[in-house]
Amino acid sequence: MRLERRTTTPPWLRVVVPIGALAVALVLVAIILGASGHNPLSTYRAMFRAGFTDRGALSATLLNATPLVLTGLCAVVTFRMRIYNIGGEGQLYVGAVAATAVGLALGGRPSGLVIVAMIAAGMAGGALWAGIPGVLRAYVNTNEILTSLMLNYVAGLLILYLIFDSTSYWRNLTSPGAKVYPQGKMLTSRGWWPAWHLGGLAIPLGFVLGAGLAVGVTLALQYTRTGFQMRLVAGSPAAGRYAGIDTRRLILVVMLLSGALAGLAGASQVGDFSHLLDPNGLEQAMYGYAGIVGAALAGFEPLAVIVTAVFLGALTNAAVQLEGPSFPDGLVGTIEGTILFCVVSGALMTTYRVHRRASDPGPPEAPAEAITSPVETSLVDSRAQS
Amino acid sequence: MNHNVIVTLVVAGIAYGTPLLIAGLGELLTERSGVLNLGIEGMMLVGAATAFWVSKVVGGPAWFALLVAAAAAMASGAAMALVFAVVCITFRANQVVTGLALAIFGGSIGLSSYLASSGKLTKAAGPHQIRALNVLGLKGLPIVGPILFHEDVVVYASWALVVLVALYLYTTRLGLHLRAVGEQPQAADSMGISVTLYRYTHTVVGGAFAGAAGAYYSLALTPSWSNGLTAGAGWIALGLVIFAFWRPGLLMAGAYLFGIVTSLGFTLQARGVTLPPELFAALPYVMTVIVLVLTSSILSGRRLGSPAALAQFYEREEH
Repeated sequence: MRLERRTTTPPWLRVVVPIGALAVALVLVAIILGASGHNPLSTYRAMFRAGFTDRGALSATLLNATPLVLTGLCAVVTFRMRIYNIGGEGQLYVGAVAATAVGLALGGRPSGLVIVAMIAAGMAGGALWAGIPGVLRAYVNTNEILTSLMLNYVAGLLILYLIFDSTSYWRNLTSPGAKVYPQGKMLTSRGWWPAWHLGGLAIPLGFVLGAGLAVGVTLALQYTRTGFQMRLVAGSPAAGRYAGIDTRRLILVVMLLSGALAGLAGASQVGDFSHLLDPNGLEQAMYGYAGIVGAALAGFEPLAVIVTAVFLGALTNAAVQLEGPSFPDGLVGTIEGTILFCVVSGALMTTYRVHRRASDPGPPEAPAEAITSPVETSLVDSRAQS
Repeated sequence: MNHNVIVTLVVAGIAYGTPLLIAGLGELLTERSGVLNLGIEGMMLVGAATAFWVSKVVGGPAWFALLVAAAAAMASGAAMALVFAVVCITFRANQVVTGLALAIFGGSIGLSSYLASSGKLTKAAGPHQIRALNVLGLKGLPIVGPILFHEDVVVYASWALVVLVALYLYTTRLGLHLRAVGEQPQAADSMGISVTLYRYTHTVVGGAFAGAAGAYYSLALTPSWSNGLTAGAGWIALGLVIFAFWRPGLLMAGAYLFGIVTSLGFTLQARGVTLPPELFAALPYVMTVIVLVLTSSILSGRRLGSPAALAQFYEREEH
């Protein structure tokens, strides 16, 4: 067997390979399920029903998909450039904190104003939190993978502190129930985000925003200067330098944008779903990490993230619905991790052509520096740091 | 501060530093071969769940059950690292994303939690725990007694491991080859060293170390099961390897420093210091960020031990 780098990837391969990877992942997880005494088929069937076909299932799935679209986009914009912001989780928390604060403070104002302010605050909070690893990576060349990840834990402790160990602005200190078990202060209904109803399906505002931003990111990558610079630097950092691109500024801009997307996911969790700051709910969902899985499954294409987010949203929703003795804990992460393994392995198929060494001499030698799309480069290649 | 507080801090620092040290040594070996495995946290958690479960179901004397449990944890870590190696080395996948996959797969909503729920693991202490020894009957000595002569067997083993890894890296032919593979895979390959074999073995050994580090949580430190009990130690260990400039001796110093910082909260709270527990809990993470910033400013431009081929897959030239 001999591998040869492809110069171009046929479009159908980019669709077929992730779907194949998904299928392989589900088979692998079925083996784990079978080995631990669960019936894989009935487990999958129950999950499919709970995620898609039960009454109201699709609306609940969309609600779960909403933060995943945004955290998926958060991963897309950085991973494409081989900047690895894995701090979406913490940026989401900080976005939720900021949006809740604004929503509580503006409680009596007109609903439109409160919601716009919550969106802005969430994005600003997320951008601020991502700005720390962003500045450090851009100007001190500190490994952003580890710093962004460490800040997830710090943000997680921050929200626990605000609700469980302090008398903060976010905490409900008055109602009798809250004295027994600490909980967040509820927003007035003016801070509850609207949902649109299509037949029996409720589409949350956050999902609409996420889908709009997926389109926006696609267009921005194609038509704006920053988007062009991102694609150039992603393809070849050296070419970016020769073209006189300010790589530091670009890294910072991309990190801030990425954090704003995750922060909006946090704001949406408050506005669309919990209407208060709920540390346990946020931390158990792990939408930040799942967003990375969705982004990779989507081949780091913003529009495809909408589809993968709905799929992963169904998975999360099903796990919540089916929670109980017959449904194993930890199945969601096991499936997500397996999907990610299979997707990154599948990138081999889109980046290389496989030849049988003996019989097939293969086409003429490809040029030494084969031009691959940034997506393939970011998934396969090395982490070429300048 | 009196002697007592300092001794208590050092003793607790060694306890909390030990899993960081073991996982860090494993990752150091992996990274020296040019492979970056970000999935330590996942391997540690699966190792912790495996060890706790095995220690509950294996009969026989305590030492036997603990030995089998630790071996099972190492095997589980090694198996996960083997998957990582196949995906990254043979399938040439991006090491960062694959490492994340490993962390998510094994993580607190992944396989470790799956195993824990299948094995009905709980917060209740298991039947067997790794306990401190009284070496030469000297644990009663002031200061050095509790620090040097009243540790458990894993701590002593980790000290031996530091020496062994350092000797391996710097005095053996295999260690020389390993460093060549991490620095100049082309040159190593042309000398007839199998880059693939070295990368596979050191990735798998790194996984076994991570599994053992996880076992230390559920068998000695905690010693019980709760989801995500390593609380990011696997990620901190990654930071420590950078902080140590990929050197075993510095790694040991760094691990104990972080162990002390991690245990600061418990130690001071036991002495009546009332500050929010989250503040202390956040210290190791904040300190990791600070240490990484300092390290990268010192490094700026120089490499100081970072393997040149780190995280780059090796494509053999064929003509």
